[in-house]
Amino acid sequence: MKKIATGNKAVAEAVKQVQPVVVAAYPITPQTEIVEQIAEFVSSGELKSRYIPVESEHSAMAACIGASVTGIRTFTATSSHGLLYMHEMTNWAAGARLPVVMANVNRSIGPGWNIWAEHTDAMQERDTGWLQVFVSTVQEAYDTTLMAFRIAEHNDVLLPVMVNLDGFTLSHIMQPLDTVETGDFIPPMYLPHAIDPKNPAGYGGLTGPDQHFKFRWDIERSMRDSVKIIEETEKDFADRFGRKYGFTEDYRCEDAEVVVVSMGTLGKEAEVAIDQLRKEGIRAGSMRLRWFRPFPRLNLKGKEVVVIDRDYSFGFGGVLAKSIQAQLKTDVFSVIAGLGGQEVTYEDIADFVRKRRIGEESWFGVNANV
Amino acid sequence: MFEIRIHSRGGQGGVTAARLLALSAIHDGKYATACPFYGAERRGAPIVSFVRIDDTPIKIYSQIKKPDMVVVLDASVMDVVDVLQGLKKGGKVLINSTQKKEFAGFSSSHVDLTGIALRENLVVAGSPILNTPVLGALAKMGVISVDSAKKSIREMFSDERNVKAAEAAYREMSA
Repeated sequence: MKKIATGNKAVAEAVKQVQPVVVAAYPITPQTEIVEQIAEFVSSGELKSRYIPVESEHSAMAACIGASVTGIRTFTATSSHGLLYMHEMTNWAAGARLPVVMANVNRSIGPGWNIWAEHTDAMQERDTGWLQVFVSTVQEAYDTTLMAFRIAEHNDVLLPVMVNLDGFTLSHIMQPLDTVETGDFIPPMYLPHAIDPKNPAGYGGLTGPDQHFKFRWDIERSMRDSVKIIEETEKDFADRFGRKYGFTEDYRCEDAEVVVVSMGTLGKEAEVAIDQLRKEGIRAGSMRLRWFRPFPRLNLKGKEVVVIDRDYSFGFGGVLAKSIQAQLKTDVFSVIAGLGGQEVTYEDIADFVRKRRIGEESWFGVNANV
Repeated sequence: MFEIRIHSRGGQGGVTAARLLALSAIHDGKYATACPFYGAERRGAPIVSFVRIDDTPIKIYSQIKKPDMVVVLDASVMDVVDVLQGLKKGGKVLINSTQKKEFAGFSSSHVDLTGIALRENLVVAGSPILNTPVLGALAKMGVISVDSAKKSIREMFSDERNVKAAEAAYREMSA
């Protein structure tokens, strides 16, 4: 049936399809609708999960960890300050190798108080060992949430996955949504180190200097292994349901001289800019980065690169721009745009390309020349 | 691409109107997106919602600056908001009103949605419901088909009075 749904509702629909055993969450703007919808599904019986309303996001993640360690499927959702409040526990989930799936509705960090889209919240979780994926449409939010469970729970991965969607811009927009019956697309969860009362064992005890580094390396090993699992999962998804995804979504990149790299909804808006630039004779393309962790090898050799960061690392630069610069070993034009929901149109993005100055950084709306 | 901006006040159902309109367009076989502009909403404050309709998937997320059409669910917002801002030359204006209002350079239509809602007893918490009858007027203007309008209303609301109100608006709308 043709449906129309918001990004938030799409995430909740995916959760309903996957049926995690435990959902523990705390509402926060602009994620609230996910939690409300899940609560409704639980109350109507469509979702058989045990829904744990908690008093904070720290507890939400702690509850997911406690549930996950028994070998059952878990889900939570948050945003912005909620994610930051979880931070200690997000590290725990990854370190304890628990495949918790979380939707993070990207929102800026206050003060100044602001509820609109920005990626800084997710960037502050960058080094925790979570896989991080950024989506750009309602359909993609749904599809990616489904895939997130299979990827997280794969025994070559066993790391938590964070599905990121832009606050309001995507969480509250209504777009067509095609839901699917997943069948056996997501196998039952098996956690090899699940606690078992019949076979008592201790976890999380003191790990000495002769052992700790091995656990850290093991996270990185799985992060690297996850590349293959992501590819396999996305391919199987495409075979079954007809929608193809990848580490990046490349638009008119093949013969492009200049490529705009961005994440989230700006990456879709960028495609409209590319069409406009092409009409003007500028050979431009757009590369929308979906998977941020693990960070993929980007096929940008020999191209000029314009990077739009909806985030910033103070005293350093746009996180995406710096990451790409490091990988390519070449300068890019770094644009900082869309912070706190700042309006960025396809015309603006086309302008970033037209007025690019490779090797420089420009804050949209601050620097007079962009 | 056909871009519509809906003006209303918080609590009047402007967001739902946008959703119903987009859903109707999808039922017509088109692509559509609907998005409210979220600011500091509260009941009674002027708000805007946006709907885009096209034959191909819609990739634009930024706000509509040059709409093809403006819908005013509450004429009193016109005292505080320039509802014609950015409206394309020759663009359409639909106003919930008992009286015709002329705007130079634009084609204006009106329909008494409030009167229709009150007549059909479509009142929730003391406020007449405007978002289902307005679909009838939009169908009359050719933005969506009548069948899709009714289908969308029935998908979202079980009360048939909503459909009757939309039919009344279709009949009574004057260009």
